Amino acid sequence: MSPVLAISQLSKTYGSGFQALKSVDLSINRGEVFALLGPNGAGKTTLIGIVCGIVTATSGTVTVDGHDHVHDYRKARAKIGLVPQELTVDAFITVWDAVSFSRGLFGKTPDPAYLERMLRSLTLWDRKDSKIVTLSGGMKRRVLIAKALAHEPEILFLDEPTAGVDVELRRDMWAVMAQLKQSGVTIILTTHYIDEAEEMADRVGVINKGEIVLVENKSELMSKLGRKELTLQLVEPLAAIPTALGAHRLALSDSRTQLIYTYDSDSAPAGITALFDDLAAAGVRFSDVSTSERSLEEIFVSLVHDGDAARQRETA
Amino acid sequence: MNLRAIWTIYRFEMARTFRTLVQSIVSPVLSTALYFVVFGAAIGSRISEVEGVNYGAFIVPGLIMMSLLTQSLSNASIGIYFPRFIGTIYEILSAPVSPLEIVIGYVGAAATKAIVIGLIILATAFLFVPIHIQHPLWMAGFLVLTAVSFSLFGFIIGIWADGFERLQIVPLLVVTPLAFLGGTFYSIKMLPPVWQTITLFNPVVYLISGFRWSFFGTSDVDIGISLGATLVVLALGLAVIYRIFQTGYRLKT
Repeated sequence: MSPVLAISQLSKTYGSGFQALKSVDLSINRGEVFALLGPNGAGKTTLIGIVCGIVTATSGTVTVDGHDHVHDYRKARAKIGLVPQELTVDAFITVWDAVSFSRGLFGKTPDPAYLERMLRSLTLWDRKDSKIVTLSGGMKRRVLIAKALAHEPEILFLDEPTAGVDVELRRDMWAVMAQLKQSGVTIILTTHYIDEAEEMADRVGVINKGEIVLVENKSELMSKLGRKELTLQLVEPLAAIPTALGAHRLALSDSRTQLIYTYDSDSAPAGITALFDDLAAAGVRFSDVSTSERSLEEIFVSLVHDGDAARQRETA
Repeated sequence: MNLRAIWTIYRFEMARTFRTLVQSIVSPVLSTALYFVVFGAAIGSRISEVEGVNYGAFIVPGLIMMSLLTQSLSNASIGIYFPRFIGTIYEILSAPVSPLEIVIGYVGAAATKAIVIGLIILATAFLFVPIHIQHPLWMAGFLVLTAVSFSLFGFIIGIWADGFERLQIVPLLVVTPLAFLGGTFYSIKMLPPVWQTITLFNPVVYLISGFRWSFFGTSDVDIGISLGATLVVLALGLAVIYRIFQTGYRLKT
């Protein structure tokens, strides 16, 4: 299947000399939720800005469903909806006027029935005649989503949709995104909240200092990089790890009452079985067992950190 | 051509006028009516005719032109500056709309508002002084050309400005003095010869002169030169805007 969005060798250097994007290649599949993770200043918003026509690229190409975003910008942009990070909306107009304006701007014929369906799905219908200034922060964010959806886009960019919002509203936004995905909209989400990517995304891309560090299916990423820990609660404290267990990646807790075994999830079955055999042979008894795995957040931090360390080595 | 987008921007801008009816229409009409009272009725009654025209009637084209210039500038500059200021410009830039369509939408709405105000002032003038318009088509032509030209300049100011103070600088420090010194209240033939020559460098002279000719058939400068100067102002505005969109100046990074 051809990608719905193809970004090739995209670079952006601002007038100040700051290089926000360094030859980025990325392709987005139709209907997926793609989370672009990265720390502040990594280049996420610049990338979105270029695709949407707000920022001019220094070099590289962007193709939206087969349409070049510069030469065939009308067709390319018609397919994209953008929800910006900031709550930028004209406060003194009604919700209905705001979404009607957005639809008209994209050259679409008025379709009150579609707008009604959309506003109902975003639970904005009851407030359609309210001026935006009277709405809560969460409602305003919904209005931004409604404006982005007003022209029936196939691709929706959500730039930090839950930055600075409370937990309840975040859950709310996630429900909205899940609903949109079900309706077939491709969603590209930028965030620096890992749990958001973990909750929503099919694939995860990590961007750092203008470079795509990694693109992976979320589940594969988790299993590939997801290091697990197995903790054994000992019946009797150990002075040291028995030499018979030296082949296993074991650590003794400071209290000497816990043995911690670290393993990669794909090598789990053989390793754990061997460990338990050796523990029995060495006469180590335990009263409880628990496992934990690294979150996407830890994976992300280590990726960004490793990338920085490698870069420092190169320049040294 | 995304005609629907042009219409959407135009209608949105016109709706803003009606939301802010007092600032948009009532206040310029009121301030011009005050000019009529002061210069037309109070002081004007002591001035005999200028160029064979009753003084109260003589200042009407100048007053309309002065309002047209300031209104075109302020309407168009605030029209494009406001979305830049609050950030909603992202929507315009990310829509399948060409720069030309954006300009037609914003400048068209700003010019329409300025023309409506000009016509309201003209209607108000009829209440104060007897006026007969000799060349109504030329009058309409000058009205539209000037409104569009200065709305283009307003659009440029709205893109250039990085604060509300800057929006005010050009109308207050440049256009108002040029309008006052451009023959709004007098014929430049009343000035000493040296000042007559200096005044010819003021583009507003040509606009007011041409507009006044369409009313009374008399003018400070030849009607052809007035029309030419108005078209030059229009072309200059178009050229600057073309350059702005070509470079993305203050719109795109």
